[in-house]
Amino acid sequence: MADHAAVADGEIDLSRRKFLTRAVIATGAVGAVFAAVPFIESWSPSERARAQGAPTQLDLSKLEPGQMAMPVWRRQPIYVVRRTADMLSRIAGHDSELKDPNSESSNQPPYAKNPVRSRTPEFLVVIGICTHLGCLPKQRFEKGELYPSWPGGFFCPCHGSRFDLAGRVFDGSPASINLNIPPYSYPNPTTLLIGADEKGVT
Amino acid sequence: MALTSATGSAVSLPAHPAPKKGLWGWINKRLPVTEFISEQLTGYYAPKNFNIWYFFGSLALLVLVLQLVTGIFLTMFYKPGELTSFDSVQFIMREVDYGWLIRYLHSTGASAFFIVVYLHMFRAFLYGSYKPPRELLWLFGMAVYLALMAEAFMGYVLPWGNMSFWGAQVIVNLFGTIPGIGPGLVEWIRGDYGIADATLNRFFALHVAALPLALLLLVVLHLVALRRSGSNNPDGIEIKEHPGPDGKPLDGIPFHPYYTVKDIVGVGVFFVLFAIVVFFVPTFGGLFLESPNFEPANPLSTPEHIAPVWYFTPFYAILRAVPDQRLGALLMLLAVAAFLFVPWLDRSPVKSMRYRGWMSRTALTLFALSFVALGYLGLQPAEGLYVLLARIFATIYFLFFALMPLYSSIDKVKPVPERVTYHAH
Amino acid sequence: MRTEARERLRAARLAVFVLAAALGAGVLPAQEAAENAQAGKFGADWQSWQADTDVTDMASVQRGARNFVSYCLGCHSLKYEHWSRLGQDLSIPNGLLEKDLLPPGDKTTDYILTSMPAADAANWFGKTPPDLSLMARARTHDYLYQFLTTFYVDPTRQTGANNLRLPTAAMPHVLSELEGLKSAVFHEGPKAGGGTEQVFDHFEQIAPGRLSAAEYDGFVRDTVNFLDYVSDPTQTARRGLGLWVVLFLLVFTWLAWLVKREYWKDVH
Repeated sequence: MADHAAVADGEIDLSRRKFLTRAVIATGAVGAVFAAVPFIESWSPSERARAQGAPTQLDLSKLEPGQMAMPVWRRQPIYVVRRTADMLSRIAGHDSELKDPNSESSNQPPYAKNPVRSRTPEFLVVIGICTHLGCLPKQRFEKGELYPSWPGGFFCPCHGSRFDLAGRVFDGSPASINLNIPPYSYPNPTTLLIGADEKGVT
Repeated sequence: MALTSATGSAVSLPAHPAPKKGLWGWINKRLPVTEFISEQLTGYYAPKNFNIWYFFGSLALLVLVLQLVTGIFLTMFYKPGELTSFDSVQFIMREVDYGWLIRYLHSTGASAFFIVVYLHMFRAFLYGSYKPPRELLWLFGMAVYLALMAEAFMGYVLPWGNMSFWGAQVIVNLFGTIPGIGPGLVEWIRGDYGIADATLNRFFALHVAALPLALLLLVVLHLVALRRSGSNNPDGIEIKEHPGPDGKPLDGIPFHPYYTVKDIVGVGVFFVLFAIVVFFVPTFGGLFLESPNFEPANPLSTPEHIAPVWYFTPFYAILRAVPDQRLGALLMLLAVAAFLFVPWLDRSPVKSMRYRGWMSRTALTLFALSFVALGYLGLQPAEGLYVLLARIFATIYFLFFALMPLYSSIDKVKPVPERVTYHAH
Repeated sequence: MRTEARERLRAARLAVFVLAAALGAGVLPAQEAAENAQAGKFGADWQSWQADTDVTDMASVQRGARNFVSYCLGCHSLKYEHWSRLGQDLSIPNGLLEKDLLPPGDKTTDYILTSMPAADAANWFGKTPPDLSLMARARTHDYLYQFLTTFYVDPTRQTGANNLRLPTAAMPHVLSELEGLKSAVFHEGPKAGGGTEQVFDHFEQIAPGRLSAAEYDGFVRDTVNFLDYVSDPTQTARRGLGLWVVLFLLVFTWLAWLVKREYWKDVH
């Protein structure tokens, strides 16, 4: 069969072949990575989830002293406790029994890194999820409720972790850090806004 | 390997010896990976004269993978149910990051699948690729096509738009034309007294799980059958009949690297065209995503023109061309089934159109024309001139098959060369 | 060689035939309408009126959003769109969104819902005003433009109005205060299958609205532009991304072709 092509005789340029093959593979790999991006991104929280995860408001005027409210923010229970003067006095005096009394290793915004772990002493705002494995701790606010020297706080029924009235974890608990504090702020004195503070919406 | 440069000097490519050491060796002792590669890729000799018509097989496989991946991701967000389906599709389009892209890839992919498959099938007619020993290959291919049609039909119902609903209504009602068992069968398929939630949910299960598995199995069988007989080629010559001194066909070249690199170019061109549609004209003028489907299903309001998606319209036109409902349904079924008999209807001693006479060529041209014309007519309302034209083209369509034993045997054929026609490119 | 060329020629002829057939079908009706318009009859060519939307015209879409909230939100919802999404896509800061657009009591993260109870609406109008999130895609933006510009006075109807684009529309002529009132003049025309019927001839303005004809036209175009955006909010991002994707794929294909040509030098 007659050959109409004008291919150089015997000249198979192997280095050009290798270079081009590598160029195509590299370009293809880059393309594949970019192509994967939309699929991976699709798993991020959707617009609906982000909308539902917008800051939650709570009317504080309805909360009695000594009581706890449990609004939900981003699918997490938030414990809002209106602490009485008596409860506030029971926060101090047992630092030696705590794993992280000064919240050095725990998670909280800067305005909650203080002995009462909140913006104002009156209201405690914590994420009501045990920092051990995620159960919801139960409120045990009365003095001596669990044992004679119990100052009041939270008790997790799953594995026995204990937290005080500022959400700080006791020695002997399986949990290793204090209860987490979400970002929050007070747009006005009777309204609590969970999920937004000076830094903006989380 | 029987590769030579123009002057006749031997050319050898870097060899790939079977590895014995390391992790690769460990794997190969337990799983025939290098054997598979050398038998199916580097050692599989395909005819060297493949032309543009030979891209569509690998492209069909590509689109299958694309549909599977995008389909799985859609299933992560889609909620089947008459109250939730439509809304969940909007959720995907508007609220899931890049959801719109995944959706358009899947909807365009469905149409792309049929474009590729129809061109792939046309190749078989051009070069007689269904003739012995490839009859089973052809039948498996037809089975893939049938499964694909079912898959596409059910997929279209899932968004639960108004066309989804009414398209399902019309097609499911067709089963009612079967004598005796018809009405009972329709109710059994629907699972309710009308197209309803039950129908939607079972179509979801079939579309997402059952049919994809069936498709994968059939594609594998199709490829295994291909491997057995070897590929046909535009000259219709069996390359295995002319082996070289090394036992490999003289007119064959290893699939890898020659057809792997060539197919990648095909993939590139395909993706360019595909991307243009996905990103710039995803509804393709209402052909790929029909406008009535942007409204939720309404059992009390039929769209002005009920038309199936474009890839079904040739058969839909045949259905409507016949004034009798039962006969129309039967003829539509026959129009699809006719393809199955082609290996036995075609009596030509020669495979490829290149060496056949004017009768076969005219017949094929008229058939292709009719198929396209019927496709267009299926999208139009069934009135006036359209009906007459549909009847004319439907007749040509059936005559192509009915008269094939006659014209394929009396047609004058040209002498078939011993070796393939190839021009370097 | 010759057979391949002939095959290609055959395919090309087929393509030309199909194309010619398709193109021929659309030319005739437009001519007639254009002739009528030239005769000076306002509205005679209404079927060829086009919306000419441009969703990249941000100012227009913003005005359309404002128009929608003022005149449409009373009955129609956009239930698939969040207010916050609107703000984001149209570059409207949250503060402005809340002050000017949000109905009182709604949050920016809510979906855009109408305050009219669906059951009551069905009672008053005969059918529930449909959600408009996808209307521009279900009907086309030209349809919407024609719908909003072909209302005319019809004393025989409960709403006092009728519409050329959607005859016996349940929707009253909500925008009449802006457009003014116009009546439709009909003439006798032949009916298919024998007899005569009333055929629309032209509009006549009865009373002016608060906006001039040009201003009202702009109002409608902005609103339709907004509805076009709402029906497909990702379209601008889609086209932008598409350009880069196609360019990348062209480069990749070119490289792949070079590799192919290189390897196929072996084959003779």
